[in-house]
Amino acid sequence: MSKIGLVIKREFESRVKKKSFLLATILVPLLFPAVIGVMVYFAIEEQKNAEQQIVYVVDEGNDFELEDDKKYAFTSLNTDLESAKTTFNESEAYALLYLPKMDLKDPQGMVLYAKKNPSLQASSYFENKIESHIRDKKLQASGISEDQLADLKTNISLRAVNISESGEEKASSAGVAYGIAYAFSLLVYLFVLIYGNQIMQGVIEEKSSKIVEIIVSSVKPFQLMLGKVIGVASVGLLQFTIWVVLIFVLSTAVLTIFGLNPADMQSAQQTMSGMNGADQESVEAIMNNPEVNQMMQIVYDIPYVYYLSVFIFFFVSGYLLYGALFAAVGSAVDNVSDAQQFTLPITLPMIIGFFGTFMFVMPEPDGNVSFWLSIIPFTSPIAMMARVAFGVPTWELILSMVLMVVGFLATIWIAGRIYRIGILMHGTKVNFKTLFKWMRTNS
Amino acid sequence: MNILSANKLNKTFHKNVALRDLDLEIPKQSIFGLLGPNGAGKSTFIRIVNQIINSDSGNIFINEQPLAPEHIGTIGYLPEERGLYKKMKVGDQLLYLAQLKGLTKKEAKIRIKAWLERFEATDWINKKVEGLSKGMQQKVQFIATVMHEPELIILDEPFSGFDPINANLIKDEILALREKGSTIIFSTHRMESVEELCDHIALINKAEKILDGEKVAIKEQFKSHIFEVAYTGNIITANEQFDLLSSNKRPDGVSVSKIKLAEDTSANDLLRSLMDQSVNIVSFQEEIPSISDIFIKLVQGNNVENEIVA
Repeated sequence: MSKIGLVIKREFESRVKKKSFLLATILVPLLFPAVIGVMVYFAIEEQKNAEQQIVYVVDEGNDFELEDDKKYAFTSLNTDLESAKTTFNESEAYALLYLPKMDLKDPQGMVLYAKKNPSLQASSYFENKIESHIRDKKLQASGISEDQLADLKTNISLRAVNISESGEEKASSAGVAYGIAYAFSLLVYLFVLIYGNQIMQGVIEEKSSKIVEIIVSSVKPFQLMLGKVIGVASVGLLQFTIWVVLIFVLSTAVLTIFGLNPADMQSAQQTMSGMNGADQESVEAIMNNPEVNQMMQIVYDIPYVYYLSVFIFFFVSGYLLYGALFAAVGSAVDNVSDAQQFTLPITLPMIIGFFGTFMFVMPEPDGNVSFWLSIIPFTSPIAMMARVAFGVPTWELILSMVLMVVGFLATIWIAGRIYRIGILMHGTKVNFKTLFKWMRTNS
Repeated sequence: MNILSANKLNKTFHKNVALRDLDLEIPKQSIFGLLGPNGAGKSTFIRIVNQIINSDSGNIFINEQPLAPEHIGTIGYLPEERGLYKKMKVGDQLLYLAQLKGLTKKEAKIRIKAWLERFEATDWINKKVEGLSKGMQQKVQFIATVMHEPELIILDEPFSGFDPINANLIKDEILALREKGSTIIFSTHRMESVEELCDHIALINKAEKILDGEKVAIKEQFKSHIFEVAYTGNIITANEQFDLLSSNKRPDGVSVSKIKLAEDTSANDLLRSLMDQSVNIVSFQEEIPSISDIFIKLVQGNNVENEIVA
């Protein structure tokens, strides 16, 4: 076996044989579905037991007849706004909806008063409710009879499904893309952070236990560093694979235990996201729901091979880039607490990449900031993974990949030069100037 | 034949000269003492030989071949700053280090077993290093250094931290290894610790070699020609051949005198002269300078010279 192979093997075995590895590998997947299971359970219970909340309505124009539904009971107050406010303040009611006398063509001046900030869900719920009411009114005003309106309503609702089919197609595909973008960038971020730190600790351990000089009399420091980086990576990949498989299996098991079939999940999700109307479709309706089918189709149509190969590329190259830097930091210090001043500048670009992905890439994958985040090697593994999910021009992807390769080769080279000197230095106070000096020194 | 020869080695660290034109010849099967104070450049030289760092200029030859990566297996190195993986088992650790030196797994296992038996330590094999005492760890380190039967064994400050029992054990092992054909380099600033073992010596001070050669020859060269004589009675030494440096009468009536001989006067001449006088000689011995004395004399002279130049 080659020397670098021996180093990789030792790094791998010494970590995998540890009890803490076994514990973390098993406990994390146990905790994960447990947390999700508990959350889903409570969400459903809450929905089942949710009390109707009272909403007072001051309808000055007497235009609206709001029907009660599962969530809200509407009570009309035939007073002016000021006394209604007083009544509302003294009551347990959830909100006070003020609907002034209005011109239907230009409805304005509606206010929702609430004791606490109403959630986004709630306010959009009321908006929708009023909007549809106004629409009805307008239709009525244009001379359509009550019967015709009732007829129309069934029509409209059918059409609405159609409209939402084409409208939702985009929306749900964006949803899926969003999910993938989220998952991939989070994975890259977590992996680099967790295992990068492990590399650093490994290097510090070698240095502080003073075995390193014995090792480098047999192995080139660069080989030792690379062996360590790769060894830790293989531990991480193994652990991640086990986690993904276990989480998947256990999640399925947990969901089955709670007796949740996919339809329930779907309706729970819809309720939670506030898209659920008062009297939603039955289970069959959901199963036959074109939206659901559409969603399945979208999930089915994802170019998995493409995503996965891009993911593996950025995953590995991003890890190598940061892993080498963590190794260099480990080599420069004598103990973990000294490492902090150097880990911040390393983790900062990663944090920028991570939050930039959420703030810029996800809302606007093709924006200027998104472009630069996904091109610069330090942030690109995270940002580009998010962009790929939304679709990215091939030339940008290739440019990003080329820069990434250049970037990780350069950082590994720099890290190697710091490492070979750092590991032999004991008790030296190191700052960035010293690191720079080491980088330029010939060994 | 030399196992190692260094030719005009230079190494500078950021304007600090660590080695200046160092020439060194290390004969095969010798026990070579590389002596000098802290910071003289010994460890730099050793790291260059171990290919941990490169020299700025100059050459090193191992068995008359230019130093190359293949020589890693030829050398066994016990650094001054030494340790082991704390969480790793002794057996796994030795196996790893032996494989890095190029032994096959099978061969390495046989040798590990043999060495542990030799040190009566077979039950350590599955123990983690952190569970061993310091002395035990040092034995493991020593095994790791010599396990691959290197032709050249380099020990940097080998006895620092060893208790006397382990130090003796290791000394015996070193002598046995030399018998089998290995060459040993000791690097130390505590000269008294290796003086008795070495047959060749080089003194390094401030990046330069100031002396080297066979230990016996060096001692001969730095002989002070002073004899210590213990006797009863009175002696007269006022002539051009002998110079009485000091004389003390002990409470038991025996006098101890230091007598310096002039050039081309032998010990026999002194003895003869003493016997002609009416004294009873109790003991008679030449004052041999220790390497440490020689070193101090040279270094001080050297420093004074430098100061004058500066």
